[in-house]
Order: sequence, then structure tokens, then C-alpha cells
Amino acid sequence: MADDDVLVSARGLEVHFPIRSGGMLRRTTGAVRAVDGVDLDIRRGETLGLVGESGCGKSTLGNALLRLVVPTGGSVTFDGTDVTGLDRRALRALRRRAGMVFQDPFASLDPRRTVRQTVSEPLEVHGLRSGRRERGERIAELLELVGLDPAVADRYPHEFSGGQRQRVGIARALAGEPDFLVCDEAIASLDVSVQAQVLNLLRRLQRRLGLTLLFISHDLSAVRHVSDRIAVMYLGRVVEVGPAAAVGADPQMPYTQALLSAVPVPHPSLERTRQRIVLRGDVPSPAAVPSGCRFRTRCPYAFEPCPDVDPALQPVGAPGQLAACHLHGVVGRPVRRAEEAVPAAE
Amino acid sequence: MTGAPLPEPAVSPTATEAGVPSTARTSRPRWRETLVLLARNPTAAVAATVLLLIALMAVFDETLAPSGPNEIAVEDRLQPPSLEHPFGTDDLGRDILSRVVLGAAVSLRVGFLAVAFALVVGALIGLLAGFYGCWVDDVLMRFMDILFAFPAVLLAIAVLAVRGPGSGNTALAIGIVYVPVFARVTRASVLGVREEVYVRASRSVGASDWRLLTRHVLPNAAPPIIVQTSVSLAFAVLAEAALSFLGLGTQPPNPSWGLMLAEGRGFIDLAWWLAFFPGMAIFLTVLCFNLLGDGLRDVLDPRQRTLMAGSGR
Repeated sequence: MADDDVLVSARGLEVHFPIRSGGMLRRTTGAVRAVDGVDLDIRRGETLGLVGESGCGKSTLGNALLRLVVPTGGSVTFDGTDVTGLDRRALRALRRRAGMVFQDPFASLDPRRTVRQTVSEPLEVHGLRSGRRERGERIAELLELVGLDPAVADRYPHEFSGGQRQRVGIARALAGEPDFLVCDEAIASLDVSVQAQVLNLLRRLQRRLGLTLLFISHDLSAVRHVSDRIAVMYLGRVVEVGPAAAVGADPQMPYTQALLSAVPVPHPSLERTRQRIVLRGDVPSPAAVPSGCRFRTRCPYAFEPCPDVDPALQPVGAPGQLAACHLHGVVGRPVRRAEEAVPAAE
Repeated sequence: MTGAPLPEPAVSPTATEAGVPSTARTSRPRWRETLVLLARNPTAAVAATVLLLIALMAVFDETLAPSGPNEIAVEDRLQPPSLEHPFGTDDLGRDILSRVVLGAAVSLRVGFLAVAFALVVGALIGLLAGFYGCWVDDVLMRFMDILFAFPAVLLAIAVLAVRGPGSGNTALAIGIVYVPVFARVTRASVLGVREEVYVRASRSVGASDWRLLTRHVLPNAAPPIIVQTSVSLAFAVLAEAALSFLGLGTQPPNPSWGLMLAEGRGFIDLAWWLAFFPGMAIFLTVLCFNLLGDGLRDVLDPRQRTLMAGSGR
């Protein structure tokens, strides 16, 4: 996969959180498989939308791509280098080139630090624009870039509205001139009117700065609006990925179909005739993932091979569209029933 | 990205978003605000003022004291309070007012040194234990538990028995006793702050652990530690008095409030003023530190405030 166009790439990425028993010894009694074998390529300059229900591992995946969470298996490649085994210095260099915008702008800014201090932190950490004047100019430039008046730099976060705070958070993420930005539910906790403003700001910035964006959201409409491609996650695995138009119009995986059918249509008569696929039951616990296809317990089309073969992503539908579903031919790794102890290596 | 821009609402973004913010949504106490709020709390303000006066008295003891602390005038011994000796004289004819004034320096110095030691060591331990967790937490906090399990006075006596009496060693002994208290308060506070998104956000831009600890975790974990400092100062002054009372702290003839109290005990039915004035000095100082601590708690920690209101305080 030495594709020049790919900036960030995950191969068999796993993040398992151990479940420990109480007591002094803290034996590991199981694992929450938050991210469980994700293959994903993010191309230079694109916006990849990542959707899925809450708890499906979207945020953990975003964190693992930036190595804010240490993966327990698989690899992440950023611009050709494997980031899973980076030392401290190389990791800091990665932090400059890849940033994150967080969900709750009320929690993501240190209440005791002014906007100037917050935005200049990446500059200080990476020794950029040292010198009082240069740094001040850069901060003013960043604040203007995100649509804030540089005169507010010496104010504290509590003096700002949610949308303004999120702009400060974006300015901080952009300070190191990153190539890659993970927006983790970046608009979810904003008022709807402000969501549109921040969304448009992100689009503008991406075009202007040539950013690559991973846009994580549970809001399918927002994702369809901003994304070039969409990846759908279910229970720690990417189950469908493809061009936004194709995934939006002709989803190949039953889960994606159900997800899309839940989006309201802003048209009264169309909305009335909209067919909804209502899934049975709840998402299984990521500590007890079903064998084979992990969606089979809720899939309306589940059939014979589903419990026995773990489906792999295979090209289906439009060019560039991949889905992990046996309905398009049984492809994947057979489940080793008796030997659960065998590590899930390649 | 693809697609047309979303229709923005009619409100101009420059007015609502980029403009100068007018109202605060949440307010968090900041240094200047803290002082203003504290000044509005009459009890805490009075306590702070009295403590300031006592501290000034301790600093300028030599100039303020009417006579030397160890000036013996046998003909004037056991004089009741009068114009010449407002607090009376003791069994050696020493002016008690002078000894109380000079004793402030001794008592407060021991108190401050002890709390400073406990604060620095305890906060550092709590910070590391809370931030790193895992075995660091286990090892450090079990050690603190062991220290905590000893009765405070016994531990202080043990330290003084090993190192010998004297005000420096008294401060060290009291300091060691209070290390686990600060470690626990700091750890509990750090555990909460560590999980804050802004700490993760700082990490995401490449901040080192040292930077996270000093710039983000410690400042945000500070309020309960500040309150603990104020309350501990009261206990440290009291502990110094107790140890001196037992003969392990300040050694005669140096004046210390606890020592004076101990010496005055023998004359309590004959000359009440010997024990009364140093006792009042201890009482007033401890009370003021406690009141200031309560005031600081109210101002710095809104959660604690609701808790206390709930318990009908």
C-alpha cells in the first residue's frame, strides 16, 4: 500500500482496553475491543467522514491514528512512517503535523489560560516563531483565520460562546501548521445555527490550507455534506467505505442502509413515505463481540456463513466503494471456533 | 470538501461570533476575583486581617516588644496585668506581652516551615501518584498510608527523639506528619483534572508531561490544596504548642506560645495571666487560619459550597 496519495493509513488496527478484576493483583479478565481490526486509508487533501453509533469506536480510532491512544495491535502509517513505535522526539514531530479538534469546546480549553496562552502552546512546544513579536503576530493571524478578533486574545475561555470557543480550539489545532486534522464530533455540542458556521469554517480552512480531514460524527447529514468519502463503523470495525455520493445513495452494507434510512428528509411528503429499516436489539457489548460478521445479530439478512466467516472489505457497487458483507460473496477469514486462544494475527 | 456551503442563519457571524463577547456563560474564580470574593465574606476578611496583623507582629517583634523576652526582673515577678505590663509578668518577672509578641515569630515560623515542607513534598507525591496512576500510585500512596497510620504526636515525638529538640526539628517533625494529608488532597484533585479534555488537548499538540503537570494539572488542581494549606497552618501552630508543651519543641528560655502555656500551667490558680495570654494567642491564630480556610473553600470550590449547604452548615 505504498500509495503516494495516502497520508494516513491503518492496517489491522486494534485498540483493546483490558478489563481488570478488582483487588491487589488486578488480573485481566477480558478486553473491550473498542477498535478491532480497522483497515482505512485517508488520502491527502480529502475529507473522510467517519460515522457510526455512539460506542462503536469512532473516537478511539481517531485517537489511535494520532497515537493519543496506544494501539494494542496493527499499524498506523502517517506520510510513509509507522507511528506505532515512535520515540518521544518523533512523536512530538507527529503532534505538530497532526492535530485534533475536540467535541466539547467548554471542556477542551483550560479555564485558567487565556486564548493567547492556549493558542501559543503548540508554538512554544515546537519552538515555532520564537520571539515575542513574531509569536504575537502568528497568534493574531491564527485568530483571524478562524474568524475571531485578535483583540480578544487576552480573554479567558469563560468569556466566549460555544462557537467562539470551538474557533479557539481550531486555531490551537492549526497553530503547528498540520497536514492532518481529526475533528472528533467537533460540532456535536454546538447550537444548530453555530454548527453550520463552524462546518463552513472547517471547509474554508481545508481548501485554503490543503488540510486532510477526518471528520468523526454521528450526524450523517453533516458528514454527507462535508465529506469526499465516508467510512461507516460498527462495533470497532469499518464495515463500509466509499465515495460520499455512492455510500449515501447506494449503501451496500445492511447496517449502512439502516443508518441512512434513519435520516429524516426535509420534505413533508417524501418524509411521510420514507422507508425506515428499524434494527432489532442493541449494539452488542464490545467486550463480547459476536463471531463472524459482528453485525449478524441485528442484520435482517443474516444467513448461513455469517457466524462462521469474518467478512473482509471487498469492492462492491461504485468504483472505490468497499463493504464487508457476505451478501456480495463470502470473502474473509473463517472463524477458528475451537481455538479461541490463537492470537488474531495475520 | 464537496457541496455548496450550508445556508448560514440570518444573524451576521461577525456580530454573534467574532465580536467582543459581552456575557460570561460560566465563571471560574481567578486570582483577582478570588480576592474580591474573599473580601466580601466578612468572616474570612476579618480573619485575614487579624492574621496579617499577627504576621506583621512576628516580623517586627524586636521593635514592637516593650522589653526583651528574657529580661528578668525578680522584684516585678507575677505582677497582674497593669499599665506598665499590660499582660502581666511571669514568675521570673519577664514581661508577658513582650514574650507573646516574640513568641509569635517562633510559633509562626515553625508553623510555616512545617506546612511548607508538607506542601512541597506532599503535593509532589500526590501529583505524581494522581497523574501517573498504576504502580507509581500504588507505591507512593501505600507509603503515605503507612505514614498516616502512626498517631501524629507519636510520629513527631519519634522524629524529635532521633533528631533532638529545637524549632527547626519541630518544624520538620510536624511537616512529616502532614505530608500524607497533602498527598491525599493533591492526588484526589489531580485525578479529576487529569481526565479533563483540555489536558488531552494539550497532549495532542505535543506538550510534554512536565508541561502538562506544571501548566495545566497543577493550576487547576490547586484550590483544594490552598484550602488545605490554610487549615494545616492552624494545626501546625497547635502542634508546635503541643510539642513545646511536652518539652520537645522550642526550648526555654526562648518564648513560644506552647512553651509559655506549659510554664504558666503551674501558676494557673495563682496567676491566671501566665497561661491565659499565650493561650489566647494560639486560639486567635488557629481560629483565624480555620476561618480563612473555610472562606477560601467557599470562594475557590463551588462544589464544596453546595456540599456544605446541603449538610446544613
